[in-house]
Amino acid sequence: MKKALAVAMVLVMVLGMVGCGSTDASTTDATVTTDTTNTTDTTATTAETDTTAADTTSVSTDPVTITYCNFNASGANEAVLASMYEKFHEQYPNITVEIETIGYSDYFTQMQTRVAGGTAPDCYELNIENFAAYASNGVLAEISGVDTSGINQTALKAFNVDGVQYGIPGCFSNVVLVYNKDLFDQAGIAYPTNDWTWDDAQTAAEAIRALGDDIYGVYAPITYNEFFKVAAQYGGSLLNADKTEFTVNSPENITAATMMVERVTKSNVQPTTAQMGSMGDWDLFESGKLGMIATGIWSFSTFADACKFNWDIAVEPGGTQKATHFFSNAYVVNVDSKNKEAATTWINWLASSADAANLRIAAGWDLPAITDQTVLNTYLELTPPDNREAVFESLNYLVVPPIIKDYSMMSDIITEKLSLAATGSITAEEALNQAQEELTSTITLK
Amino acid sequence: MTKKKKAIMETLHAFPFLLPSVIGLFIFCLIPLVISVFLSMTDWNGLEKLTSSGFFAKHFIGLENYIKILSGKEFYQVLLNTCYFIVLYIPLMLAASIGIAMLLNSPRKGIGLYRILYYIPVLTSWVAGALIWRWVLSPQYGIMNNILAMFHITGPNWLQDAKWAMPAIVMASVWKDMGFFGLILLSGLQGISKSYYEAAKVDGAGKWKQFSSITLPLLTPTLFFVLVVALINSFQLFPQVMIMTDGGPNGATQVMVERIYNYGFRYFKMGYAAAFSWLLFIIIFALTSLQLKMQKGWVHYD
Repeated sequence: MKKALAVAMVLVMVLGMVGCGSTDASTTDATVTTDTTNTTDTTATTAETDTTAADTTSVSTDPVTITYCNFNASGANEAVLASMYEKFHEQYPNITVEIETIGYSDYFTQMQTRVAGGTAPDCYELNIENFAAYASNGVLAEISGVDTSGINQTALKAFNVDGVQYGIPGCFSNVVLVYNKDLFDQAGIAYPTNDWTWDDAQTAAEAIRALGDDIYGVYAPITYNEFFKVAAQYGGSLLNADKTEFTVNSPENITAATMMVERVTKSNVQPTTAQMGSMGDWDLFESGKLGMIATGIWSFSTFADACKFNWDIAVEPGGTQKATHFFSNAYVVNVDSKNKEAATTWINWLASSADAANLRIAAGWDLPAITDQTVLNTYLELTPPDNREAVFESLNYLVVPPIIKDYSMMSDIITEKLSLAATGSITAEEALNQAQEELTSTITLK
Repeated sequence: MTKKKKAIMETLHAFPFLLPSVIGLFIFCLIPLVISVFLSMTDWNGLEKLTSSGFFAKHFIGLENYIKILSGKEFYQVLLNTCYFIVLYIPLMLAASIGIAMLLNSPRKGIGLYRILYYIPVLTSWVAGALIWRWVLSPQYGIMNNILAMFHITGPNWLQDAKWAMPAIVMASVWKDMGFFGLILLSGLQGISKSYYEAAKVDGAGKWKQFSSITLPLLTPTLFFVLVVALINSFQLFPQVMIMTDGGPNGATQVMVERIYNYGFRYFKMGYAAAFSWLLFIIIFALTSLQLKMQKGWVHYD
């Protein structure tokens, strides 16, 4: 009797404990435990029925709940996103959106696991690096059945793979030259204009550098993200036209990389890593010890609070031509979603509606990737900085990152080689040659 | 009942009590382990659902991942970095742990407090510890360089210098683990009978002779355990690297698990990462077997 009772108690414990995980201490396992759900067989049929539904009807009015996950709102802007959703729900009362906001650092690991396990949300956000991998692996649904004419067409094209639209650009930001007006006055030189070249910037940087031992002229990160743009400013590119070959060590690219690196190693108008200490580039600018910095427009609110000097912006200097960044995050729809129509409606509204755009701009969040100039004009009226037109003028010269499937690997290899060159241990040319070699051997392009 | 039958009955009775742990072990360890062997022979990108039809047939590439890893330069470079860490870490950690164990072995005032103080780093999460160490090692504002400056030494750039990044990680790891291993060695020390020391004192042995002839030999079983565990843990070096240097500067602190993580979650090459982790397993397994074989040579069991 006692034994039976004991066994019964153990069975109850077992049922309770099945949910509790393993007892393994600190082994990091690279394998992903897959949660096998029953979505496999229904995948094919759902896709078929969904496309037929989109063809025959416009937005259906049955009440539907969708899940949406993002990282862009994390931190300061969750309230803004919530107010956007309220406006959306007024216009589409039948669509309920469960919004999930996850911090950037954890976002992609959890999203990858969810997609592989079949528990990904109906729609979610992706940045450019990960977009290429997701799109080329068939986990995204085609965006159709919504009006995307109000969206910036260059941005829209960036998320079009092989003629199929897989994402809607949700916002955009770019990089401009931010400069410290007080330091320029001190050195007695003219402020940067939107027509400057890097030679003009170098002269100004040297003048400012001469003001003091701990004052530097310019800072632009020596990373992949900067390099592909500076290369374009000298007429070079990382890949050939149809993306079948790497052209990382072309002469134009070498000129661009040498310019970037010699700012640190030869003229030292840009501080070395050692000279930075562990100060970040923004910290250096905010401390008033940096004349010019090429950084994103998302810095404006931080600089407005932290900078105790006068500052303004200009279009980034060019080489033989101008080229500026264009960063955009995409809203995508899960190919296994059972509510693709509602999901597409939500993300299109979020990306292109005037209501969402106005809320976004008023909160100083980032810029909607739309073409409606009246909405965008409200952005121009905010200060600082005064020369906000530079943000929009930069759009005339924008280059999008070269999106390939192994994007992260390419960017890591190039950044590693460039930072090696920035320490002075190899020249820029050697760095690019090594990068070219490693890229061709490790990455297979189409 | 026969003896054999009794033994079987005993095992059967024990089974339900083992079930909770065994089920967890199965679901979260053994089954994924077996699956990962198959995954390591595919080119899975970590995104596609494993249950999609014809998955294995579509993605099977045999031993190609293993060949690619072993014929490239990265694997050996990363192995070298890991070995560099081990060569610095193990002696330092052993010295520190034995030192702590000896200190805590003699009864003095406040010994309980010291035990807690040395063990607190073990209890902190690596994330918190690594972030603090990043600030301690800051070239301009960190305490480490400030202390060195008091002795008129200009400290290096620690985490931003390719030569000093790994030693910096070794320092942080020793700080974190010495309490843990110190406690284990302490229990080993307390297992040594005091009569040996009394006999040695009568024979006129000094402190150092006592240490080298009594303490060390009788500590070898515990030392063996500490060495095996420490070696396994060092091959799995990860959180410090990710948070303090992110594999930098210039790849100086890229270690095996850091590469596995990046291949799996940044480069979408989960099959490759699985193969890499199995190679790591083989290395750790081989080394541990070697240690087990060699223990007859230096471990004294009484």
